[in-house]
Amino acid sequence: MTKKKLTLVMMDAPFENARTVTGLRLIDAAVRRGHDVTVFAYEGAVALTFARQAPHANAVHGRDAAQEDHPLPKDWIASLMEDAPRHGGRLEWINCGLCVDERGVGEAIPGAKRGSPADLWKAAEASDNTLVIGTR
Amino acid sequence: MKTLQIVTAAYRCNIEEQDDPVLWISQAMKAGGADLHLLLEGQAVDYAAKGQEASGLSFGGKKQTQPPRIEDDLKRLVATGAQVFALDEDVAARGLERADLIEGIKGVSRADLARLFAGYNQIWRW
Repeated sequence: MTKKKLTLVMMDAPFENARTVTGLRLIDAAVRRGHDVTVFAYEGAVALTFARQAPHANAVHGRDAAQEDHPLPKDWIASLMEDAPRHGGRLEWINCGLCVDERGVGEAIPGAKRGSPADLWKAAEASDNTLVIGTR
Repeated sequence: MKTLQIVTAAYRCNIEEQDDPVLWISQAMKAGGADLHLLLEGQAVDYAAKGQEASGLSFGGKKQTQPPRIEDDLKRLVATGAQVFALDEDVAARGLERADLIEGIKGVSRADLARLFAGYNQIWRW
């Protein structure tokens, strides 16, 4: 399979919409095939890589924090970033800097960069295609 | 105070939350003594179906070990005395039969909604 360069734009905040997991599934499928993926996180999606996301116990489920094993988007993204080179590709994650400032979520996981719409445009120009997963 | 919680939007953030937030908060309030009941309509009537399975997700080396178990959440609500209704027309529109639904879920037709609503002090539409 020919290696591709793909850009994805994500907009939804964590823990809000199924589009987030769908986007991550698409990224997962691309990195497993060794493609190079750039994600530009815009608006609420900049919180996906916020380093201070924390798991919790869940009394409704009757589970303590360890049993609940609550998934955190930041861990999923870190795992995808780690996984990409194993398949010969890379996952670059760029957060819209102004969106980060608005939301006070500047403390991002290692590997998540701060950028601007210019970085999105540059990534799209260098890509075979761009998929926008917009908020609805 | 007796309330009816209307659930319309479904499958929104269930994977991340490992549940549906409206069903979750309903269970939490119920555990605190709330007299609440549910009406599933639109896409949310699918929550009433038996045999839901949402396991198997993994990203890189990170596997989800506790996927959402909506069926169990609804069964727990029924077991704690909540009446759970599913809108007949929306159930039928999705090709679901009565036998496909979790035991304890009651059907209600659109024509009977006003009568149903009249039995509650507050209606919360999520």
